[in-house]
Amino acid sequence: MNNNKVELDQQLSETVGKPLINGTPKITCRDVNVFYNQDSQAIFDVNVDLAKNQILAMIGPSGCGKSTLLRCLNRMNDTIDGCSITGKISLDGEDIYSNDIDPVLLRAKVGMVFQKPNPFPKSIYDNVAYGPRLHGIATNNSELDDVVEESLIKAGLWKETKDRLNKPGTGLSGGQQQRLCIARTIAVRPDVILMDEPTSALDPIATATIEELMHELKSSYTIAVVTHSMQQAARISDRCSYFHLGRLVEVNDTNIVFTNPEHELTENYITGRFG
Amino acid sequence: MNNIEIVQKGLKKRYAKERRFKAYGVFSIIISLSFLAFLLFDIALKAAPAFTQTYIKLDIDFSHKVLRINEKSSYTKDELFELPYHKLPSKSLYQLFPGIENRKQKKALRKLVSSGVRYNLRNMVIKNSKLIGTSKSIWVLADDDIDSLVKGLIDRNIPEADRRVKDFQIAWIDKLQLENRVESRFNINFFTSGDSREPEQAGILGALKGSLYTMLITLLLSFPIGVAAAVYLEEFAHKNNWLVDMIEVNINNLAAVPSIVFGILGLAVYINLFGVPRSAPLAGGLVLGLMTLPIIIITTRAAIKSVPPSIREAALGLGASKMQVIIHHVLPLSMPGILTGSIIGMAQALGETAPLLMIGMVAFVADIPQGFFDPSTVLPVQIYIWSDSPERSFIALTSAAIIMLLVFLFLMNLLAIILRKKFETRW
Amino acid sequence: MSNLNFFIILLIIAAIVFFIGQKKAYSYSMFNGGAKLHSLPNYYGYLTTLWTFLPAFGVFVIWSFFESNVSSMLTISQFSELQQLSVDELSLALNEIKILAVTNSSSVSINNQAAAVYSEYLNHSFNLKILVSVLLALLGFFYTYLRIKPTMQARNSVEKLIVYVLFTCALIAIFTTVGIIFSVLFESIEFFSQVSITEFFFGTHWSPQIAIREDQVGGSGSFGAVPLFWGTIFISFIAMIIAAPLGLIAAIFLSEYATSQVRAIIKPILEILAGIPTVVYGFFAALTVGPLVRDFGYYLREIGINLDIEILANLTVSTESVLAVGLVMGMMIVPFILSLSDDVILSVPNAMRDGSIALGATKSETVWRVIVPAALPGIVGGFLLAISRAIGETMIVLMAAGVAANLTANPMNVVTTITTQIVTLLTGDQEFDSVKTLAAFALGLGLFVTTLILNIIALHVVKKYREQYE
Repeated sequence: MNNNKVELDQQLSETVGKPLINGTPKITCRDVNVFYNQDSQAIFDVNVDLAKNQILAMIGPSGCGKSTLLRCLNRMNDTIDGCSITGKISLDGEDIYSNDIDPVLLRAKVGMVFQKPNPFPKSIYDNVAYGPRLHGIATNNSELDDVVEESLIKAGLWKETKDRLNKPGTGLSGGQQQRLCIARTIAVRPDVILMDEPTSALDPIATATIEELMHELKSSYTIAVVTHSMQQAARISDRCSYFHLGRLVEVNDTNIVFTNPEHELTENYITGRFG
Repeated sequence: MNNIEIVQKGLKKRYAKERRFKAYGVFSIIISLSFLAFLLFDIALKAAPAFTQTYIKLDIDFSHKVLRINEKSSYTKDELFELPYHKLPSKSLYQLFPGIENRKQKKALRKLVSSGVRYNLRNMVIKNSKLIGTSKSIWVLADDDIDSLVKGLIDRNIPEADRRVKDFQIAWIDKLQLENRVESRFNINFFTSGDSREPEQAGILGALKGSLYTMLITLLLSFPIGVAAAVYLEEFAHKNNWLVDMIEVNINNLAAVPSIVFGILGLAVYINLFGVPRSAPLAGGLVLGLMTLPIIIITTRAAIKSVPPSIREAALGLGASKMQVIIHHVLPLSMPGILTGSIIGMAQALGETAPLLMIGMVAFVADIPQGFFDPSTVLPVQIYIWSDSPERSFIALTSAAIIMLLVFLFLMNLLAIILRKKFETRW
Repeated sequence: MSNLNFFIILLIIAAIVFFIGQKKAYSYSMFNGGAKLHSLPNYYGYLTTLWTFLPAFGVFVIWSFFESNVSSMLTISQFSELQQLSVDELSLALNEIKILAVTNSSSVSINNQAAAVYSEYLNHSFNLKILVSVLLALLGFFYTYLRIKPTMQARNSVEKLIVYVLFTCALIAIFTTVGIIFSVLFESIEFFSQVSITEFFFGTHWSPQIAIREDQVGGSGSFGAVPLFWGTIFISFIAMIIAAPLGLIAAIFLSEYATSQVRAIIKPILEILAGIPTVVYGFFAALTVGPLVRDFGYYLREIGINLDIEILANLTVSTESVLAVGLVMGMMIVPFILSLSDDVILSVPNAMRDGSIALGATKSETVWRVIVPAALPGIVGGFLLAISRAIGETMIVLMAAGVAANLTANPMNVVTTITTQIVTLLTGDQEFDSVKTLAAFALGLGLFVTTLILNIIALHVVKKYREQYE
């Protein structure tokens, strides 16, 4: 048992593939470690870059730390008691954990969409207008109307909802709710969108719509998406990363990861021998 | 202006709001905590004088002449019972302060000591008839006004007319103090006597016993019925049955009905219809039992609900009947929760006052109740009665009784917390 | 033999018949070549016990409830002197008779004769009660014992019986409500036959003292309850103004801002406030807060005189002020609102918080724009329950508010409330069936109905709210 663990540590000591990119990455992670309550470590020495206007998919078995890392990218982990992080995560070259970075401002730049659609118990309009109202992005009602319309159009939800903007957001179907949540995120005009298994609670048709939407959003946003489905990762992402037990095993262009994985663990996972 | 700059511009104001709101939160907590501290401190401060009492040393002359009894070798109890004991302390006081002729002052002098002293002396003589014919120094209880004076609760600087204790009385007490005839002792009376019109003789034992008997009835009524009702509703009741729905609505509503309404019910049904004796712990217990019932039902249901279905299924799978599953598994497993809820319900009943006023437990009862049918009062009602009394010293007694009540409630809640911690199961 | 003794004997009998029933069941399995029993032998014992004990005990209890009243009725029917008495005099006489019946004094007054008759009736009743109970016990025993045979489904019968017993216990909740309604309804109807409904609900003059003699000052008493309703509402309003924001904000702070350690310390301490009996609050309000508020009122008046502000200079100030009572009652309700709000706030799913935070909202923005609106029905339900509690609160107002009915909007002045009046009218020297006493029942009915409506709305709102997030 102990032997196995040592062996595993050796196997995982370094990320294979191409974790860093040439040019200027949007987000960089350097030697990131995340701890819960000091004694349990969730992430070990992760180094990875996110390129601008690309989709990075994060895959791996449950509990491998991919969601934890994603939540670190807009400091959502601040809300969890006893969660601490070492190393450096930068957005456009700025350390997002430095003292002069404001988490509120950061989250306005790095939006997040969650696993389960979580529209607020308000109308569709108020859901989308929530962020702009908070941040003062729209100064008057007609500007706000424009922002809401634009965001709903971008999220591909305008046609379905334009006649019932005052109906509660919770009355929409699951897929529509998730697109509403995406529209809500877009309305704040972020640079980066983090998606934590955005389709795992949806049926296949709704999933396809969301995947299509992600593809369109790529042109204006940098996207990181955690997913349980390898097919999804293969379909939508430009680069793909594989996590195992809190370590980043392999990162590379998606087609390389899926056709010619360097690491044995990645191959096992992708071929379904281990999961 | 780009997006981020817009957001940045508003940030300062938003953070100020955030800080302000957080300050409100801290403020609310501090207000509530300081109110609690103020209340407890205020009551403790007021209660402090009640725990000591002033005694005066008198040289009591038990001579045959004073007691107006012929010399005999032995006396019957009846003979000793009727003697003029009230003369004993008076005579001693006259000797201590000779030369007082004014009738008013003489009366004031007699009233330096409590009117209960004569009964104490009587008991002493009945216990030991050899005292007759002798003379003895005895510490006797001072009157409550004198007690207040000695404790420094009466301001000597205010005009005599506004004071309950007159200048000549103060002079007497000062003289007695110089002669070392005044002493403060622990107020044992408070714990061993029943109610009295005289503050220095009043105690809470009667009320405590009344509370004990009342609580026993409450427990006997509400615990078995409450648990039985909860078991029925949780395990046997059919969903969507109008009768069951009615029962549930009733239980939830009864838990929120003002307690005084239960008092009216007790008055109209128990006392007027069923002829349960007024002022008796039986009536009080029956009223409080009905009041506690919904609390016990609600907490018991929660406890039963928290037993996981897997345990029921396991037992059912082994061929146990539903009743056997409940008796062998569900009830034992939920017992800590049921007991915790019951203790909390009982604590609430122990502190309840209003419904008991309705059924006559507010009457003045000096005797300590000996059973469920004796007229009695309970601790919180005793507090109410004393707080209504004009004598100053009753403030201290009331506060002391409150402290006793709070101590009991605290112990009960502590017991509930310990039970919950000790038997807490995580499924 | 007393009731208690008989009860113990009944229990002993019940225990004995258990073994008899069980033995009969055993005898089948042993002697009839081990015939297969349907249930374990114990169940045959239980069944025998239940059938022996339950009917006898039930009759015994019900009989005990009514025997005193039936005996006194029978006694009255024997004495024409008693029948001529008015209702009030009769109830006094009956009290005396009941006391005499116990003490056995030996004079020849009519009450003494009646007492002798009364105690004789009680004696007969007791003997008859025991006879009937024992007969029923025997009947139940033989009914079961004779039916015991291997094919008898003893376990099923026992369990069925137990379910009926449990059901009866659950029914007590309904009986209680019915009991409450009946205790106030008839007297209220009687009251409204003597005092007009319009006077009660719209009259502004409340003075229930009715002159005993014609020439006495105070007149005939009047029952306009508006000052009482107003006093109750006024005090509850002040209490809620204090308790609602304090309780809600404290709940939000504890659930959203405080660390779990702080929460674990503060919450139980604040719950102490909820556990303090109301009589303690009443004492505190009457002796400490009342005088403080009064001094504050004097101070205000002084300011008014100095600065020539008429409304302050003419302020009526009382020790039993609305403000003092409302203040203390408000503090009493704080923990109540706190724990109810805390519950509903915690039941708002974390996904809502995450969603808002991820959009860049601050904590307070999340609280006010997402969590409070989402939890609003639950919070409102909690407030309604708190109002119902404030309206029904008795001890604080009884001890710290006045008895003088007063229509005033001045919080430094004294008012009286429904509950205070109920207690004042029903304690002390009361003659049953006088309008004064009846008025208390009418007030009780009003109180019960008001709180009932509030509770039902509140519980319904909270229940719907919980279902939304379940």
